[in-house]
Amino acid sequence: MMKSKLKYLENSIPKFVVTPTFLIMIIFVYGFIMWNFVLSLTNSKLLPMYNFVGFKQYIELFGSSKWWLALENLFIFSSLFIASCIAIGLLLAIFIDQKIRFEGVFRTIYLYPMALSFIATGTIWQWMLNPGLGLQKFVVEMGFKNFTFDWLVDTKMAIYTIVIAAVWQSTGFVMILLLAGLRGINGEVINAAKIDGASMPKIYWKIIIPQLRPVFFSSIIILLHIAIKTFDLVVVMTKGGPGYSTILPSIFMYQYSFSRNKLAYGASSAMIMLLFVMIFVVPYLYNELRKR
Amino acid sequence: MDVIIKEKNSNKISRILIYLVLSIFAIYFLLPVFVMIITSLKDINEIKNGNILSMPQHFTIQPWIDAWQNARIGASAHGIKPYFINSIMITVPAVLISSIIGSFNGYVFAKWKFKGSDLFFAFLLFGCFIPFQVILLPMSQTLGKLGLSQSVFGLIFVHIVYGISFTSLFFRNFYVSIPTELINAAKIDGAGFFRIFFKILLPVSLPIFMVCIIWQMTQIWNDFLFGVTFSDVSTQPVTVALNNLVNSTSSVKRYNIDMAAALIAVAPTLIAYIVSGKYFVKGLMAGAVK
Repeated sequence: MMKSKLKYLENSIPKFVVTPTFLIMIIFVYGFIMWNFVLSLTNSKLLPMYNFVGFKQYIELFGSSKWWLALENLFIFSSLFIASCIAIGLLLAIFIDQKIRFEGVFRTIYLYPMALSFIATGTIWQWMLNPGLGLQKFVVEMGFKNFTFDWLVDTKMAIYTIVIAAVWQSTGFVMILLLAGLRGINGEVINAAKIDGASMPKIYWKIIIPQLRPVFFSSIIILLHIAIKTFDLVVVMTKGGPGYSTILPSIFMYQYSFSRNKLAYGASSAMIMLLFVMIFVVPYLYNELRKR
Repeated sequence: MDVIIKEKNSNKISRILIYLVLSIFAIYFLLPVFVMIITSLKDINEIKNGNILSMPQHFTIQPWIDAWQNARIGASAHGIKPYFINSIMITVPAVLISSIIGSFNGYVFAKWKFKGSDLFFAFLLFGCFIPFQVILLPMSQTLGKLGLSQSVFGLIFVHIVYGISFTSLFFRNFYVSIPTELINAAKIDGAGFFRIFFKILLPVSLPIFMVCIIWQMTQIWNDFLFGVTFSDVSTQPVTVALNNLVNSTSSVKRYNIDMAAALIAVAPTLIAYIVSGKYFVKGLMAGAVK
């Protein structure tokens, strides 16, 4: 009797140990998401008020040209960001994989921006791209008198400066993932293809790159996730400007929730951001966990 | 014979090409920080008269001193130092506590599965992915109610709560690879949950603790969103202070001080990366293969 009770206690230790985490997740992740959803159904301004107005905020949100601009910018930013990171990352990974000297040095150099904060990265690139004293001045002084590179202050081009900085920061990460993928590929197939007289570019294009598909897939998910969350970089580089030209959903959410006193409106934009993430993360997670 | 020589030559050319491309990209990645360093060592007249790539003519470390203790950030003119200290006060406990909780969780998920533990783990993983905007408003309400708003404690708390998903994942994936026979044998010998953890798993856990600590340190030190939302002037982390310094509109822009401040702000994570890049990379990979 005594023994079985002890046994029972012993068996519940693992559950006991993860209980705090369980509660934390229930409250601070799932509960807060629900709470945020509830807020988005109210008419809260400066402080939360529970006067429900249904989906009014969402209707207003999708009627707002500023929100559509934020979505458009997110689309431009994330597609260019992902495409550039993967293209450059793949190139670097393939070249580094050619049994080169100083591999470690190159890898270290390509990856170090990942250790910096987006605020620091933004500070660097704001300085480099500032038309008064930055790269533009340098090129003009080199003798190209009419050279202009003022994207940072150009409403049409400013979003691309965010892309430049973000690509600089994250490419090394994709390179490392792809390099690991390349090294996991069975060399025998490649040797066989070589004996058959296939050229190296052809081998890469036809045999190696298709095998990297799962790595491309995870890279895209991670980069897309970074893109949707991008906030700091825009704050430090352009503050969403000039005008609203570099506004992203994250910036939109922050502005309305914390400086424009439209809390419920901000909450509704956060829900849409969550929805975007869920659309691609849930199938991905499901797939990953099922494999185990 | 000819064919072999030809092949050797073309091989040589392609080798040179490879090194050339790799070096060009190395310059591309290094240039911005190089520019930052030289800018931080010039005085402001030299910056205005020269260009971003000109080497400093009169070396000065005054911008570093100013950035550290004299620069005006917001209303006070004490440089970036107080915020750097805030970041340390936030990062150290948050990293340690979230790593310790993660190690126990990972241990359970890997070696003491119970009914529903896999499902729980999946729900925990989802926490790695949520855009934090979706919890900002409820969290600021809650911190206010708890009397923790704008406090260092509040920020520590937030970083622990939203760090556990990652730390649990790291430890689970590491402990899964440890043979279960070892643990079963210890169970037969009468060792319990904690004894097995401390005697068998903990002694081999140093690498994963390094990975986890470096990952968490980078995340928390570099955080801006939580910092800017849940702090005030006296508890701001260094990222928020750096942004305020760089984007201040009040005074004349002093780029050399901005650059020195940014370099100070990135120093801890950059040093951690250079000293233990191996663990940093492992963390990135583990975080990626969720």
